[in-house]
Amino acid sequence: MTELSAHLPQFQHGQLTENFPDNHLSNTNDNSERRRHDNSERRRNDNPESETNGQPQNNIQQVVEQDEEEDEELTLKYGAKHVIMLFVPVTLCMVVVVATIKSVSFYTRKDGQLIYTPFTEETETVGQRALNSILNAAIMISVIIVMTILLVVLYKYRCYKVIHGWLIISSLLLLFFFSFIYLGEVFKTYNVAMDYITVALMIWNFGVVGMICIHWKGPLRLQQAYLIMISALMALVFIKYLPEWTAWLILAVISVYDLVAVLCPKGPLRMLVETAQERNETLFPALIYSSTMIWLVNMAEEDPEAQRKASKNSAYDKQAPANQTQNEDAEADDGGFSQEWQQQRDNRIGPIESTPESRAAVQALPSNSQTSEDPEERGVKLGLGDFIFYSVLVGKASATASGDWNTTLACFVAILIGLCLTLLLLAIFKKALPALPISITFGLVFYFATDNLVQPFMDQLAFHQFYI
Amino acid sequence: AFFWLVSLLLSSLIWFIAVKASNPQDEPLQKGLLIFGVMFSVLLQEAFRFLYYKLLRKAIEGLVALSEDGCSPISIQQMAYVAGVGFGLMSGAFSMINLLADALGPGIVGIHGDSQLYFLTSAFMTMVLIFLHTFWGILFFHGCEHRRWWEIVAVVVMHLAVSGSTFCNPLYVGSLVPSYLLMAAAAAWAYLLSGGSAQNLWRFLLCKS
Repeated sequence: MTELSAHLPQFQHGQLTENFPDNHLSNTNDNSERRRHDNSERRRNDNPESETNGQPQNNIQQVVEQDEEEDEELTLKYGAKHVIMLFVPVTLCMVVVVATIKSVSFYTRKDGQLIYTPFTEETETVGQRALNSILNAAIMISVIIVMTILLVVLYKYRCYKVIHGWLIISSLLLLFFFSFIYLGEVFKTYNVAMDYITVALMIWNFGVVGMICIHWKGPLRLQQAYLIMISALMALVFIKYLPEWTAWLILAVISVYDLVAVLCPKGPLRMLVETAQERNETLFPALIYSSTMIWLVNMAEEDPEAQRKASKNSAYDKQAPANQTQNEDAEADDGGFSQEWQQQRDNRIGPIESTPESRAAVQALPSNSQTSEDPEERGVKLGLGDFIFYSVLVGKASATASGDWNTTLACFVAILIGLCLTLLLLAIFKKALPALPISITFGLVFYFATDNLVQPFMDQLAFHQFYI
Repeated sequence: AFFWLVSLLLSSLIWFIAVKASNPQDEPLQKGLLIFGVMFSVLLQEAFRFLYYKLLRKAIEGLVALSEDGCSPISIQQMAYVAGVGFGLMSGAFSMINLLADALGPGIVGIHGDSQLYFLTSAFMTMVLIFLHTFWGILFFHGCEHRRWWEIVAVVVMHLAVSGSTFCNPLYVGSLVPSYLLMAAAAAWAYLLSGGSAQNLWRFLLCKS
């Protein structure tokens, strides 16, 4: 476990540390080896925990030491709990997306493409199609990179109002406009007669409650439900408006970008995290899914001003870097709406990044929470972009696979296992980690493998009624 | 579940390669290849079950090392049960889900001369396989724990036998009956291995404390 010791000096420099108790998934081989390292690590980890980077945390150290043993134990117990806490919303989001894709035909009909993917895939030759999709993916990714950098710049120069306004406009658009379209299509599918007044009332209520829940305060479950719903809506839009090969390419490139942006020292997401840490600010609640609501009580030394953002905090787990998703309606003209979905990283603060379209990366930021906090209160955070891209993968698998349900199921299991592994790595490394690469890689591998290899096999088996 | 999926992937890869390399018009050959694919898949599944056992073993060691009182919060028997259930659920889901989706739509069963009991027998077969996987999980892990290789071999042979019996489909009596008998045997064996006994069962049935 040399990596662990390598990380120790980093922790000293004030990297975000996590309250690992939640992240420790001890059901792996690493545990026994890790244990010794963990103990020493914890000592140092607890130091930075109290605060921002670079502050000496000697005072905390002693207090923490006796909690370490208990922490480890708790980590084991609650690590699994937090994995489950993340499984449920991810599963729910995927279920909503798959159910919609299977029943509402609107989302599988080709009605044009987004402005970000100008090249069509209806070409004569395969080579031409490949080239077009590569160009589409390249354009989309560069848009994302530009928006991320823009966001980092905005954040660095403290243009919070701009970011706030951006977020509010995006969530307004998503909550009202896209849900209106979704509702309309569901009614069409099931041939339900509805009048405009009722629809207006429903959408108005849905949207306003959503805005309040997401941007201000509200019951935790309601907030989680709204976040899941908007992730599903976003994923549906992606599935509808991205052509075949482009979508798979984008998924692949996004996970690579995620990896790079989060782990490279000059990556935008990493800079965002570090800036946020320096300023000791909390994250905006609108872009991260959190499983618990903890009032930020981080460092005792820090002034409680950092608590101005309520909602989740200190979750160790993953945090997704802000993602921006921009959608343009096919009907809207070029100026169209752009939505940015940002995913935030948690831990105390969150730099907000907006990356156009999909989420940049999920970083798991370890959060520094007070060791005095009740471990059960620590929650898990995952960026909304992660939700969106997982659902896009599973939705596309269910929409376009010849293996149909087999492929969907295989991708689903692959993504969940990838999520598990990422949480495990988070527990080991205790720093910001991207959540996309492992899951998306597994998902893509399983999609193509199941679709092309397993499907004919299972078909033949079912035909002859052989069982394996 | 994931491990079962990976084993399925690899075995279908092998089968796919074999099919592509052979003559698609030759019916008996295709069927023979399919049978070969099935057997190979069974062996791969058991191999992956063994790998999973190894992984869980290491995990238990870690858990024990990390826990305060020296015993892990989850025992190897519980893990064996969960592993078996995972395998079973995944195999059941993969066998049945497309059938179920098709069953929702319109159609007549067996109109081209095939058996009319297709859905029913598929359902029963899937159920017996899920149960069997669960019991095999317990038996397998127990065999690995106590180094009783004959238990492991017995599990593999049982699996091969059950899969092989499905080759007589649509002569369902040849596949369903032996499978259910084997399941009863495996159930009793797993129950005894997990610490149950006829006495326990009797007491439970009579609702004694």
